[in-house]
Amino acid sequence: MQIPYTVDVRPDTGLYNAKLGIWLFLASEVMLFGALFSTYILLRVAAPVWPHGSDILNVPLATVNTMVLITSSVTMVMTWVALKLKQFGRARMWLTLTFLCGVGFMVIKSIEYSAKFSHHLYPSTNTFMAIYFTLTGLHGLHVLGGMLVMAYFLGPGARMWNTEPERYTNRIEVLGLYWHFVDLVWIFLFPVLYLL
Amino acid sequence: MSKSPEAVAASHPHAHGHHEDGFLRKYVFSIDHKVIGVQYALTSLCFLFFGFTLMMLMRWQLAYPGSPIPLIGALLGESAAPGGIMAPEFYNSLGAMHGTIMVFLGVVPLAVGAFGNFVVPLQIGAPDMAFPKLNMASYWCFLPGGLVMLASFFVPGGAANSGWTSYAPLSNIATTGQTLWLFGMVLLITSSLLGSVNFIVTIIQLRARGLTYMRFPFFVWAQLVTSFLLLLAFPPLEAAGVLQLMDRLAGTSFFLPTGLVVSGVPVDASGGGSPLLWQHLFWFLAHPEVYVLILPAMGIVAEIIANNTRKPLWGYKSLVYSVIFLGFMSFIVWAHHMFMTGMGTTISNFFQTTTMIISIPSVVILSALFLSLWGGSIRYTTPMLFALGFLPMFGIGGLTGLPLGLAASDIHLHDTYYVIGHFHYVVAPGTILALFAGIYYWFPKVTGRKMNETLGKIHFWGTIVCMNIVFMPMFIQGLAGVSRRLYDGGQQYAHAQGVLEWNVVMSMGAWTLALAQIPFFINFFRSIRKGEKVKDGNTWEATTLEWTAAPSPPVAHGNFPVEPVVYRGPYEYSAPGFAQGYAPQNAPEKA
Repeated sequence: MQIPYTVDVRPDTGLYNAKLGIWLFLASEVMLFGALFSTYILLRVAAPVWPHGSDILNVPLATVNTMVLITSSVTMVMTWVALKLKQFGRARMWLTLTFLCGVGFMVIKSIEYSAKFSHHLYPSTNTFMAIYFTLTGLHGLHVLGGMLVMAYFLGPGARMWNTEPERYTNRIEVLGLYWHFVDLVWIFLFPVLYLL
Repeated sequence: MSKSPEAVAASHPHAHGHHEDGFLRKYVFSIDHKVIGVQYALTSLCFLFFGFTLMMLMRWQLAYPGSPIPLIGALLGESAAPGGIMAPEFYNSLGAMHGTIMVFLGVVPLAVGAFGNFVVPLQIGAPDMAFPKLNMASYWCFLPGGLVMLASFFVPGGAANSGWTSYAPLSNIATTGQTLWLFGMVLLITSSLLGSVNFIVTIIQLRARGLTYMRFPFFVWAQLVTSFLLLLAFPPLEAAGVLQLMDRLAGTSFFLPTGLVVSGVPVDASGGGSPLLWQHLFWFLAHPEVYVLILPAMGIVAEIIANNTRKPLWGYKSLVYSVIFLGFMSFIVWAHHMFMTGMGTTISNFFQTTTMIISIPSVVILSALFLSLWGGSIRYTTPMLFALGFLPMFGIGGLTGLPLGLAASDIHLHDTYYVIGHFHYVVAPGTILALFAGIYYWFPKVTGRKMNETLGKIHFWGTIVCMNIVFMPMFIQGLAGVSRRLYDGGQQYAHAQGVLEWNVVMSMGAWTLALAQIPFFINFFRSIRKGEKVKDGNTWEATTLEWTAAPSPPVAHGNFPVEPVVYRGPYEYSAPGFAQGYAPQNAPEKA
């Protein structure tokens, strides 16, 4: 017996296995970041003084980064649309663009980090810097993870398009769901850390 | 998948499964859920025994404080046991690691990793788990996690010694072992995350045709709810682990308050953190974790009771709704572990109310299982004995929890041996008896041979008697006010003098309990080769798919020779009109 519903949807749930899997995974990710955001709230409420994010952090750079990530979410959807239209060449182009947006985000983030280090602002400096580095660091790891998967689907993973195009398309859809989630986490991180 | 059974049988992968699989693929990096289940079972049994050994060492120190440990005292090394006498730091390590190993490396991997992996796909008529490679990855995160925990005994300062709860700020300033503990936990959490996603997808997507939710065996329901608990409760502990790693490695102060002074020296940290934050994040996982420990056990017991009373479970639907409600409620009771932290009476009120509410579904489940016995003509097989043993033991564990869930009585009992007695009754004579029941019950499914009944019965009586000798006196000591983490078992406290002699009794009980496991080991290994062969596969005359549709042992890749189709609920024993007296889930009509 083969494992069913790896490609087709199960009629009564309307989902293929990996799609349900990624939604569950994202639910657990919500709990992970939820716990960290709760930590932020608890520490801030308990603190006698709390710095204003924009006094310490670089808001213009972070705004650019927000744009970069939102753009990458759009190009990610375009990848999936192109695959649905059976235009593999186009899909490759859009996925490469998404990957490059990820690279751009990480470059800007590392510029921000090194600026902080050069001003002797480390995680150990105070609780604000600690939660800043932890939250953005963990988010950065998620971006990096997504980029690794993209690199795989651009490289060796792309062979699946020739043998099982529908399954490949599904995999890109699942990757897209993850990528949008990573994007969404940043949409929360940006105001919480930089603006409030 | 709309292949006809014939087409599936024709493309039966039995043959190529055997040809292509090398030794590594078949036994080490297997993607077959049955092999992974067995891997989990053997590994977690080793860890269970190791965790128990740690406790037997501690019990020597508690019974005879300050005397050299006989025989092995000299082998422990000068730092752990100078002159064969256990050092206080080593005692603390043993306590912390006993808890960690029993919970995260012993009981949960056995209950979920082993039984869940092996039994759930078979009970729902699935060819394998939904993501076989993730399943393999899950085991290969679990094992390194366990090995990191073991390795931590050999770093300077020994293994983690801040209790299995790793309360901050003590754990923040603890020796290197704590860092390894955190790395180990991150691996174990990853493993359980991969596993729980896999279980939920498998149960929802891969159930056989006709297997609606209300036709699930109760064990499948228990595993489904358990998986949701693991999926959603573990990430906050992962967050807490990351924060504590940052504290220990990057010098942050998430859990270090301002102005902390240790041994007269101010701690060099920015401060501003909250020790209470750790407790919230930890118990947000660790309370649902309690239900992760108990729900699969209830599932196993339900299967075995229905099978051996030869009648349907009493109140199947109430059981299902209770287990769902229990799973939901388990997320909002965590702070009943924290009544003594000064978090305030308003919060205490909320959590003691939810705690009283969560006891209701637990009582419903236990009552339904008890009532299932009524009027049955019970077969006292070894698995049934263990399942019957579970009922009163879990009952004692549950009822003694009520005074701990109420803030007023908890103030007296908090952090005493009463607490130890309470949760050990839930987990040791409770869950572990149920896990033994599961091993005896599904052993013929795994190996095609039954375990010996006589040895099994000796094992049962030895285990249940010794476990009560170990844990019952803990209530007496706890009510007298003996604190739980004392290196000398309470020798230096006046209020403990009247109950100290119980320490020797409990220690003797613990060592005898180890002897009582010998019949089990003999039985286990002997039966693999020499046990009585199972003739037609369905040795217990069960109704659920793993027995009725699959051979014993099941087909290597794909489990079932023919894709099963389900026609009825799980426990139609004593079904009129069926020649053999019970109605298998996959029997089309009256045969």
